[in-house]
Amino acid sequence: MENLQYILPEIFISASIMLFLLVGVFKKNSASLIYNLSNISLVILLALIINLSSLDKVYLFNNSYLIDNLSNYMKIILVGSGIFVMLTGSKYIQVINLNKIEYPILILSSILGMMIMISSNDLIVFYMGLELQSLALYVLASFNRDNLLSTESGLKYFVLSALSSGLLLYGCSLTYGFSESTNFNQILINSTEFNYGTTFGIVFILVGLAFKISAVPFHMWAPDVYQGSPTSVTLFFAILPKIAALSVFIKFLYTPFANMNDQWQTIIVFISIASMIFGAVAAIGQKNLKRLIAYSSISHIGYALAGLATVSNQGIQSSITYISIYLVMNLAFFSCLFMLRRNEKYYENIEDLSGLSKKHPILSFSLLIVLFSLAGIPPLAGFFAKFYIFLAVIEQSMYFLAIVGLLATVVAAFYYLRIIKIIYFDPEKEEYERSHNLGLKITLAISTLFILAYFIYPSGITEIVSKITMI
Amino acid sequence: MNFPILSSLILLPTIGALFILFTKSSSGKYQSSKYVALFISLANFLLSLYLWYVFDKNSIDFQFVENREWLSGFINYKVGIDGISILFIILTTFITPICIISVNATITNRLKDFLIAILIMETFMIGVFCSLDLVVFYLFFEAGLIPMFLIIGIWGGERRVYSAFKFFLYTLLGSVLMLVAIIAIYWITGTTDVEKLYELGIQVEYQNLLWLAFFSSFAVKTPMWPVHTWLPDAHVEAPTVGSVLLAAILLKMAGYGFIRFSLGLFPIASENFTMLVYILSLIAIIYTSLVALMQDDMKKLIAYSSVAHMGFVTLGIFTMTQQGIEGSIFQMISHGLVSAALFLSVGVVYERHHTRLINKYGGLVSIMPRYAIVFMVFTLGALGLPGTTGFIGEFLILMGAFEKNILVAMIASLGVILGAAYMLWLFKRVVFGEMKNQELKSMKDLKSFEIITLSALVVPILFFGFYPEPLINSIEVSVENTLNMYNFDLVNNIASRD
Repeated sequence: MENLQYILPEIFISASIMLFLLVGVFKKNSASLIYNLSNISLVILLALIINLSSLDKVYLFNNSYLIDNLSNYMKIILVGSGIFVMLTGSKYIQVINLNKIEYPILILSSILGMMIMISSNDLIVFYMGLELQSLALYVLASFNRDNLLSTESGLKYFVLSALSSGLLLYGCSLTYGFSESTNFNQILINSTEFNYGTTFGIVFILVGLAFKISAVPFHMWAPDVYQGSPTSVTLFFAILPKIAALSVFIKFLYTPFANMNDQWQTIIVFISIASMIFGAVAAIGQKNLKRLIAYSSISHIGYALAGLATVSNQGIQSSITYISIYLVMNLAFFSCLFMLRRNEKYYENIEDLSGLSKKHPILSFSLLIVLFSLAGIPPLAGFFAKFYIFLAVIEQSMYFLAIVGLLATVVAAFYYLRIIKIIYFDPEKEEYERSHNLGLKITLAISTLFILAYFIYPSGITEIVSKITMI
Repeated sequence: MNFPILSSLILLPTIGALFILFTKSSSGKYQSSKYVALFISLANFLLSLYLWYVFDKNSIDFQFVENREWLSGFINYKVGIDGISILFIILTTFITPICIISVNATITNRLKDFLIAILIMETFMIGVFCSLDLVVFYLFFEAGLIPMFLIIGIWGGERRVYSAFKFFLYTLLGSVLMLVAIIAIYWITGTTDVEKLYELGIQVEYQNLLWLAFFSSFAVKTPMWPVHTWLPDAHVEAPTVGSVLLAAILLKMAGYGFIRFSLGLFPIASENFTMLVYILSLIAIIYTSLVALMQDDMKKLIAYSSVAHMGFVTLGIFTMTQQGIEGSIFQMISHGLVSAALFLSVGVVYERHHTRLINKYGGLVSIMPRYAIVFMVFTLGALGLPGTTGFIGEFLILMGAFEKNILVAMIASLGVILGAAYMLWLFKRVVFGEMKNQELKSMKDLKSFEIITLSALVVPILFFGFYPEPLINSIEVSVENTLNMYNFDLVNNIASRD
């Protein structure tokens, strides 16, 4: 029982979910109340996690649960971005009539699932966390149930995700069968010798995880789900599951399968290159901003995976840095998207940005910064994210990966430039509304300033992340 | 720690840009922001002149070095200057106020944003010439793309979108390979500090590939044939001030990079690839001069002449002789002044008559005598008449080339003749001849601010043309040092092979 203090954050968030559910059922019209309470509970959750962050490595419950630097850092950025996601979306869900009690509760439960995923040290615990977050996400994707696209995206996500969960489970069972344990550390010990069973297990698990992280060739769901879901849910999709899946990726590759890196390294390099190229090329023809950001997220995940492919601590740290900077850029981008509101209607096509810079100089300047940063142009934060990745990749003499990756950034730069062109060079359209809720404005200001001023003190994140060592 | 004079030089324009951001924009005239910009850029110019004054011209070391921890201990923010960089810094700080004065004429909408873009651009350009760390250099080198993209795209001509994209993507494509090379250098040698790299040297087996990666970036930026095609487009579509910045300073970044990095870091590879550079330079000189002859758009003609002039620069650098490199640096400074002046001159008539086609003009001398005089000085400067800066640069480059390879030098000399041909023909068609077009009659001669900017350019072109000593004096020791290091490495390499 003395272990319970270490999982206080998880206990707290589970208790809050149940409490909010009760309040929601018994108190009428309590949607806004629960939304705000959920946000507050996320802040408390963040404080609880930070409180534990001094722990170096604690195994709980027969080694099936692990709290270490990796899980702490990932949980902090997970919950931190969760808070901002809730802040930015609050007005949006009111405007499009989605302000129901289930919405924040689903978000909280999927965050709980992700936290379990991040900390899991056992195949069964991991799968439990994964399914908890996935089930919540299926519902969230189709939350706008009167909208055809939203329903379609929920269904699509459910079918494909269930398929990938099936593959994942199959991989887990193969791994269990051949290494005689579900515990990550035990699998590591038992899998020192090469055998086909474990190798197949790795492949299936990686395929399943690649689905969750939307890496090519398992990316098909991403554009439709991104476009169809309500924008606030898309923002959630774009950030939180990525953080969780990436840390699970790191965990799988570097704990149970650490001895087999010559088996999985080629797979990761392939997935990474395919994602970088495909994401860059496919985004060029897009007209919808959410769809475009889906393709862009595919290519960004390619870069994050390139760091993992290096089999070095430097590489893992660069991936984590990448995802941290990437989430800030996404927050900033979606905050701008939430500001494109006119007469209680949100606009999400690229053409709607036409000539935005004349009437909305600050908004367009933020977009300019975000887009150049996404394209990886110095001196913005996005450049440093890529810089760390390539630093790690070239350290391992993987020049091919580095050169392909950098050439893909040039292709990707084209479609980011196209948006900038539409904002700055094209004739203006009608004005958008200027009153926005405070949370949205604060998020936009903080994230833009972060991107813009990152170069002044680039060591900040690097120093925190450098504590995370897996090898 | 002394006063960080270089960092203030870099940051001052950005601070000015922030000021302008917060000046009131509702007044249609933007007077206040214009004065703020002018004041800041003049202050920066004076600061750089002061820097030149206190700069020790007889020292081979980098001076005013600032070294701060930046990227968690492994990459430092390091800036410093030697005799070569100081001239480019002064060129930058000199051209910027001229640009700001001449925005009056050319930019009608969103002037405030334009001034901010120019000042930010100045920050990046000075940063490029100061940085003594490869990563810092790359940062400034690439960051300059953002304001320039916006300058071409927002305030440009009809095909501005195409040109802006072409400019951006071409340059980015060239530069990403340089980034790979920089990171590779970090892992090979353990540092990206230029001074340390000069001491350590880079192993011979890596040099060729690394040189090519740097070359891909600099060749696009120079621009060298066959990757020069973005330049005419960018020049034609950019607003006058944008063309001035592009021609006068941005192109010089690559020439500077060749001297500082290609020669300094990879001497053996530079020696291996000398012939490649010669051939590309000669093609640039001859071919683009011929292309320039055929242009009917004034800006395009000057753009092609820029490519030809930069061909001389790369040729001079890779002669690896004292004269050749000094000539190249001189040519770059001279081209910075002359091409800026030519683009401004084209801007003068374009603003009055709204066309850049040469055959729409003719006989301007009778209605715009003052304009005819300054335009003549710039034309003569561009074709390298003795007494202008253009002559000294080309003369020194050809001297260096004759020392190394007579055939190359002879072909390059043909370029001088072609240069005279297209420039004089341009001058003849625009300024002399009969005035066929009656609409031209209403054109007025130079306004006062145009007299200020153009004569500010006439003075250094003639002064340094007759008395090049101050410039040569400032670069002499640094060039000598670069060459000494270069030859030392070569001799060592040959010795180690034997």
